[in-house]
Amino acid sequence: MSAPASTITAVTPEGPEVAAAPAKRRRLRFVANPKAATGLIVLAFFCVIAVIGPWIAPYDPSARSSDLIQPPSGKHWFGTTHLGQDIFSQVLVGTRGVMFVGLLAGIVATALSVLIGVSAGFLGGAADESLSALSNVFLVIPALPLIIIVASTIPSAGDLMVALVIGLTSWAWGARVLRAQTLSLRRRDYVEAARATGETTWRIITAEIMPNLTAIIASGFVGTVIFAVMSEITLAFIGISTISEWNWGTILFWAQSQQALAQGAWWWFVPAGLAIAILGTALSLINFGIDEFVSPRLRSSGHTRMRTKDGHTVRMRVGFTPVLGSKEQPATPVVRRTKEDAA
Amino acid sequence: MKFLLQRIAFYLFTAWAALTINFFIPRMIPGDPVTSLINKFQGQMSTEAINSLYVLFGLDKDASLWGQYVDYWGQVFRGDLGLSFTFFPTPVADILGQSLPWTIALVGITTFASFMIGTSLGVLAGWRRGSWLDGLLPVTTFLSSIPYFWLGLLAITLLAGPGSIFPSSGGYEPGLVPSWNGEFIGSAIQHSLLPAVTILISSVSGWILSMRNMMVTVASEDYITVAHAKGLPERRVMVSYAARNALLPNVSGFALSLGFIVGGTLLVEIVFSYPGIGYNLFQAVGAKDYPLMQGIFLVITLSVLVANLMADIAYLLLDPRTRKEG
Repeated sequence: MSAPASTITAVTPEGPEVAAAPAKRRRLRFVANPKAATGLIVLAFFCVIAVIGPWIAPYDPSARSSDLIQPPSGKHWFGTTHLGQDIFSQVLVGTRGVMFVGLLAGIVATALSVLIGVSAGFLGGAADESLSALSNVFLVIPALPLIIIVASTIPSAGDLMVALVIGLTSWAWGARVLRAQTLSLRRRDYVEAARATGETTWRIITAEIMPNLTAIIASGFVGTVIFAVMSEITLAFIGISTISEWNWGTILFWAQSQQALAQGAWWWFVPAGLAIAILGTALSLINFGIDEFVSPRLRSSGHTRMRTKDGHTVRMRVGFTPVLGSKEQPATPVVRRTKEDAA
Repeated sequence: MKFLLQRIAFYLFTAWAALTINFFIPRMIPGDPVTSLINKFQGQMSTEAINSLYVLFGLDKDASLWGQYVDYWGQVFRGDLGLSFTFFPTPVADILGQSLPWTIALVGITTFASFMIGTSLGVLAGWRRGSWLDGLLPVTTFLSSIPYFWLGLLAITLLAGPGSIFPSSGGYEPGLVPSWNGEFIGSAIQHSLLPAVTILISSVSGWILSMRNMMVTVASEDYITVAHAKGLPERRVMVSYAARNALLPNVSGFALSLGFIVGGTLLVEIVFSYPGIGYNLFQAVGAKDYPLMQGIFLVITLSVLVANLMADIAYLLLDPRTRKEG
């Protein structure tokens, strides 16, 4: 799998300016980000399919018919398999398993990472040392081979089991990032103030620290979901999880084992793969949205070319802010000119 | 030096943890896998081999858990990983010895190349933010969301096939005998082109993105302004001032995500039937070959640990602050 999509490397001292805005406006601003909006819409689409997929599927995904290995047609939108099964129905029905495992594993891993990361960062000392060592060990051990081996050891690994195995092995990245951020929050004035007024440790963590970790927790969750979906599909593809339950990996498993490639049956594995890629892209886009929301500098800024008052066209770039006539200029924090830009 | 020693201590600890996990996993298998194997190969197994398997699977009823653990360590240090079920009666260590060089060559080189290419593109994309290079980001995001193995399948359909220069499976021409001559090496390189390109395409985007984001952050630092103000050439500011500092987190990120990457690249081997560890894992899973699976997990984990150590040494060379302490 690829490296975790999130690039939040914790410690964002510039962050509080965002946090100061009223909650409602903040939420709207996140959705207004085109990347996040696109991602959320696609994700919502897949969630809907996951719920209604089995009902709207035109055929029973396992039902055989006499149309063997047919290319896509009006009757079978995505073609058929070697047993005459309808691939469109398989993709629709399989969405549920993929989303279920992805979200459940994401929830399990996120809960663990919050628990371990925040307590390590907040408690400090020996607890921190041992919890960080634990998460580093899990980070370094290659997760996918471990998941493959554990899942193949458990007899009849169903969706629930697979989700738990993935969730229990992939929390380490989130824990590490959360620990770093908690460390930087722990000594902030408002936390010290809360401590001085005698608030309990539990309340400080839930009311003072956690709200400021929301973005990181969210991005960790999305990253884990991506990883979980990929792992689950991989497990099904190499034939470990039960192949009686349909998901996109199962389709690819059959396509591979029945030599779909050699028979030129591209329709057998293209739809499932594209569905995975689109879901993965949507989740990554949400994560970019979160990243840019937390650290505005990362925005690739829609209009990079601007017209100045005196009619010149300038390109916005780091360390350079042209003097514009209108009030709409972006609030770049640093105003400075480099030698060649000034010329 | 202190930094390096700390890291080595940590890797030893991790290796211990991985071996211990490896010790407990087979104890979760219900039933008695060894008995079924003995029945399958009745009479062909030596008493010694049977005993070795019993120790490996924790079915040694006479010994306590602690005794089993000690025996297990003894076996690991002797390099005795048991006998493979699928390739009976070849020892697991021999199978891994054959396939490991293939995986290291393919995965090692492509992972490194992908890091280098991705980082360089990330430097450019971060420095010239808002240029056409930003258009690269959505494309690479999409490519990285595709599972490695699916991209491999696609590559085989589109590029391999009769009359194509890209073979669709295997590590070398079936007729050749592995040796260090020109013909064999040429054939091996030809066979590895398609898997290598697949891995490169799907893993490069992560590096582009993280390097771009680091560059954007570093580019607004004061020392960059100072460098500009001194009138240094743009190129020099970009490479020696911005990229050099932005590289550090990327190198430590590289070390941390090796585990993820290696897991994914193993699947490419499955698709291309490449004679490496990943393909072995596929065979082992299909045949419920537990000793082979365990051996593979151990080898992969230890390789990742060694790669991590090398990344740490690179970090040590790049960042003077870590050297100063010792």
